[in-house]
Amino acid sequence: MITDAPRIITSRFDNADSYTLAGYEATGGYQALRKALAMGPAAVADEVKTATLLGRGGAGFPAGVKWGLAPENVWPRYLVVNGDESEPGTYKDRLLMERDPHQLIEGVLLACYAIGCGQAFLYVRGEMAHAQERIAAALNDAYAAGYVGKNILGSDFSVDVVLTWGAGAYIVGEETALIESLEGNRGMPRLKPPYFPAAKGLYMQPTIVNNVETLSNLPWIVNNGGEAFAALGAETSRGTRMFAVSGHVKNPGVFEVEYGVTTFRDLIYAPQYAGGILDDRALKAYIPGGASAPWFFEEHLDLPLEKVTVDRAGSMLGSGAVVVMDETTDAVKACLRVVRFFARESCGKCAPCREGTTWLEKILQRIQDGYGRPSDLDLLMDVSDNISPGIAWPPKQTTICPLGPSAVSPIASALQRFRPEFEARIAQAEEARHSVPVNITKASSHG
Amino acid sequence: MARLTNDNVELAREIIGRYPRPKSALIPLLHLAQEQDGHLTDDAMAHIGELVGVSSAEVLGTASFYEMFKMEPVGRYMVNICTNISCQLRGGEELLEHAEKTLGIRPGQTTADGLFTLEDVECIAACTEAPCLQVNYRYEHRISNEGFDQLVNDLRAGRRTDIPSHGVLAEVRQHIPDERRAGVVTPEDKAAPVWIPAAGEGER
Repeated sequence: MITDAPRIITSRFDNADSYTLAGYEATGGYQALRKALAMGPAAVADEVKTATLLGRGGAGFPAGVKWGLAPENVWPRYLVVNGDESEPGTYKDRLLMERDPHQLIEGVLLACYAIGCGQAFLYVRGEMAHAQERIAAALNDAYAAGYVGKNILGSDFSVDVVLTWGAGAYIVGEETALIESLEGNRGMPRLKPPYFPAAKGLYMQPTIVNNVETLSNLPWIVNNGGEAFAALGAETSRGTRMFAVSGHVKNPGVFEVEYGVTTFRDLIYAPQYAGGILDDRALKAYIPGGASAPWFFEEHLDLPLEKVTVDRAGSMLGSGAVVVMDETTDAVKACLRVVRFFARESCGKCAPCREGTTWLEKILQRIQDGYGRPSDLDLLMDVSDNISPGIAWPPKQTTICPLGPSAVSPIASALQRFRPEFEARIAQAEEARHSVPVNITKASSHG
Repeated sequence: MARLTNDNVELAREIIGRYPRPKSALIPLLHLAQEQDGHLTDDAMAHIGELVGVSSAEVLGTASFYEMFKMEPVGRYMVNICTNISCQLRGGEELLEHAEKTLGIRPGQTTADGLFTLEDVECIAACTEAPCLQVNYRYEHRISNEGFDQLVNDLRAGRRTDIPSHGVLAEVRQHIPDERRAGVVTPEDKAAPVWIPAAGEGER
């Protein structure tokens, strides 16, 4: 269902001066901060809880609950903003950082105020030079205007927001890896327990790690109330959400839609969104939530963009990345490309992932190159099973973090649905092998 | 090769001063060194180790994990072409092939004139603008073969003054004015923030 829900986080995207302090203030900017300072920190946290805002980074954990996981009376607490957007197909956090940096900064301030963080680190992906520039400029302006820093707007609330950045590593999107990176280390996920950085995170202190889109929602929630936010959407998915629709569609784009009620069909086919498949070809498959998500097909089109519904159907909304493949797509090639990504980005800490993803890529590459063996499909499943036992959804894992199991998703999906394509490729290879006359020359004897 | 210049040491000290632990400044400082020299030199890494108080081996240990840090000289322009799924579906691999022909190099190589290094990279978050690429981490969206050749010609002719040489990331830096600074919060600062009501307050 397509609704006329308000645009909460992209409301300024059409304004030429959306990224400036003047442009932000002229459109209600920093009013939520003033309101929050009058409400008190507990009331702000309550509004976020009432809103039932799910994290927009990938896991979809409720933000209010996450904040509540910080142990009571343990100080200091830190806020870390995850702006390391790099899940293939995902394009939204970069837009939010480039086009509305003050909205994000205000969200950071609201979170710090409610949680009790005296310092926040805004970690932007290394490759996003423009986003870094926009945030640096916005922070400099916000400091000068008294919105950030010491005694904000004359209150007793003080927080430094520090812009920091990475240097190219997908794994740093995993929150404990991000914390390692922020401590100046190799960005490898930490062994659990402790399960949540909220208990022990940066410098082993309570640390809340929130995604850019998640925090960008906070000014609206504080201004309009948690109930107004929760009135949008459905079931366990409230408010609105940004979805990037890419691949074989007429009008690839990033759309903010009402969460929980808009369907995949709306998003892919509606003229105001992606506008249908390129050249009106048939749909082959689509990835509903970033490269880590199992693929969906025609029969899933009428599912709403609702977290629990999509989870139950065997995939996830993940990072809001819908990648559309039309009937001309080569399933082997597409599967190989996604698996190759995980093989390249495996941090190397856990053997099943480090070795497994590498082998999965090699096997798929040889199938793609025409050197596949009849036993390769079973081998793919066997290696997959060693990374993610049972190859089920939600995935089990023999690894510290979900990167390894993510490489299994495209294989399970493609083999289940398009197995004949893989078999045909292997049969061709077999035929080629057997049609080549084997010329056995007598080995020269070195005696 | 070069240690950090005096100006950059000053900048490095300012950056280190924002973090509760000096080592947290490592990645930003490595970017600063790469901005100065175009790649990471052993001397610069040793110098950074001195500044943050860790060994040069630890600096290298961190640096070598991250794709963007180059231990060898690279071209003035790093051309990163995305071939991940969204771009693959819209011609990213064909664009890479075209780029290889135009530049006469394979991914990972640098042109003889030292101008271009080509890389086949993972998703750069411009999926709806596929196929896409970055030159020194500046985006080019929906780029055609002709568009690519034009870009290369413009770069060769020095017409793309908006793209600084490799190593330069954000051209705007954060600066926290002293009078507005809230101050670093270290793990040793165990007091509750002043704006948080003491525990139990309101319940009694």
